[in-house]
Amino acid sequence: MGNFDLAEELVQEAVLEAIEHWPKTGIPDRPGAWLFTTARRKAIDQARRDVRYQAKLVLLEGAALNLDSAEGDDRLRLIFTCCHPALSREAQLALTLRAVAGLTTSEIARAFITSEATVAQRIVRAKRKIVDAGIPYRIPQDADLAERLQEVLAVLYLMFNEGYLATAGEAATRRDLAEDAAWLAGLLVRLMPGEPEALGLLALMRLHLARTEARFGADGELVLLQHQDRSRWDRDRIASASALLDRAAGLRRPGPYQLQAAIAATHAEASSWEETDWNEVLALYEALIRITPSPVVRLNRAIARRHVAGAGAALAEVDATAPELASYYLFHATRAELLRELGRAPEAREALERALALTQNPAERALLERRLASQE
Amino acid sequence: MKYMLMFTATKDGQRQWESLPEEKRSAEYARIGEWFGRNGPKIVDGYELQSDQAATTVRFDSGKPVVTDGPFLEAKETIAGYAIVDVADLDEALVLAKTWPTGGTVEVRPVIERQGPPARG
Repeated sequence: MGNFDLAEELVQEAVLEAIEHWPKTGIPDRPGAWLFTTARRKAIDQARRDVRYQAKLVLLEGAALNLDSAEGDDRLRLIFTCCHPALSREAQLALTLRAVAGLTTSEIARAFITSEATVAQRIVRAKRKIVDAGIPYRIPQDADLAERLQEVLAVLYLMFNEGYLATAGEAATRRDLAEDAAWLAGLLVRLMPGEPEALGLLALMRLHLARTEARFGADGELVLLQHQDRSRWDRDRIASASALLDRAAGLRRPGPYQLQAAIAATHAEASSWEETDWNEVLALYEALIRITPSPVVRLNRAIARRHVAGAGAALAEVDATAPELASYYLFHATRAELLRELGRAPEAREALERALALTQNPAERALLERRLASQE
Repeated sequence: MKYMLMFTATKDGQRQWESLPEEKRSAEYARIGEWFGRNGPKIVDGYELQSDQAATTVRFDSGKPVVTDGPFLEAKETIAGYAIVDVADLDEALVLAKTWPTGGTVEVRPVIERQGPPARG
């Protein structure tokens, strides 16, 4: 059981080493093994401020490919232990960020807008559970692997969304968890190159990150996909995500992350909202619903349906999700759009007001208030 | 490591179990027997418990034992049986719990093993 502590300690040493040496020596010609996780993370934070960022990034990506199998297995053991389903989601997130990505407890606390003491306690409790409950420090056996990988992917996706959904005002003070999650997903892909869903998740994250610059307007207001300035999308990131998706598709085991990434890629490839291949988007949602028939996916399919079959057909589909989604603000916001389009203004207004009552997120509220004002 | 697998059922579930026709109940017992047989080498001990209607509670009120009828927990769920298993780690214990044939809920808890003379003969 002590192996977990040891592994974590090694990562901490890597951080210290990086902090001490990097400012003096820059990126070594042949970066050591410690570059793969934390040190690389820190390195990228520094390199970001550097004009030669891209060149250095390429160097670091290259270094990671040389990860030998013993070290790779050790990283994987650490990831699977941190994301063990016997730990709570909160503990999985905190442990993964601490032990695999090498964040400090104070960085984790800032990322989740909570106190350092809370995070420290969460980590101590999680480590105690690992020891007391006998959670093994090893890569799951074949029979368990698929299920356990799903758990890891879920933790990383949750981490990503926690960062990605932060509003512009918060983003200035919060650590960029979305970038941390994408880095972890990249590590996972290097360690498990034959897992299509890991590739799919990484592609999905990169496609979202490619739109970061266009997501907020000049005053920090949220700009929806539909209205984003597509010239501000990061084409390199989109291209790298498409390449990942091609690799995933070649493995012929489709799954929900690949399908979501394919939907995001269809949007990324369109020159405008109107030019989007909606038939393709709709077909991908149909496939996604067969695997994960969640009401939120059905709501999204309804939006695609609007572009293929019109607002009336879409509204019927949205209304069918009412039993599950009546307290979800996007359900009402979507209804409002469709009702407005169908010329049912009073109902549209009522739906917008209900949406507004259901979200606390300042950027989302501002968007809904603007829509409400434009309907006066 | 040793773990206790606690097989719990809702009280409704347990009443349903008791009112099952004889043949269905024996089929269920056969599946449970098969589970114990298959995992025999890992099982230290295990029993089915009588329903909580057969439970008697001894409660210490100011140090004095008071005997009352019924289970000590006023819960929706009740422990229907248990098994003590001896396996390498939690993952192995979870494999056993996940293959438990009758559904319900299985709580998996590590047993504290003391050094020195065993607590029971």
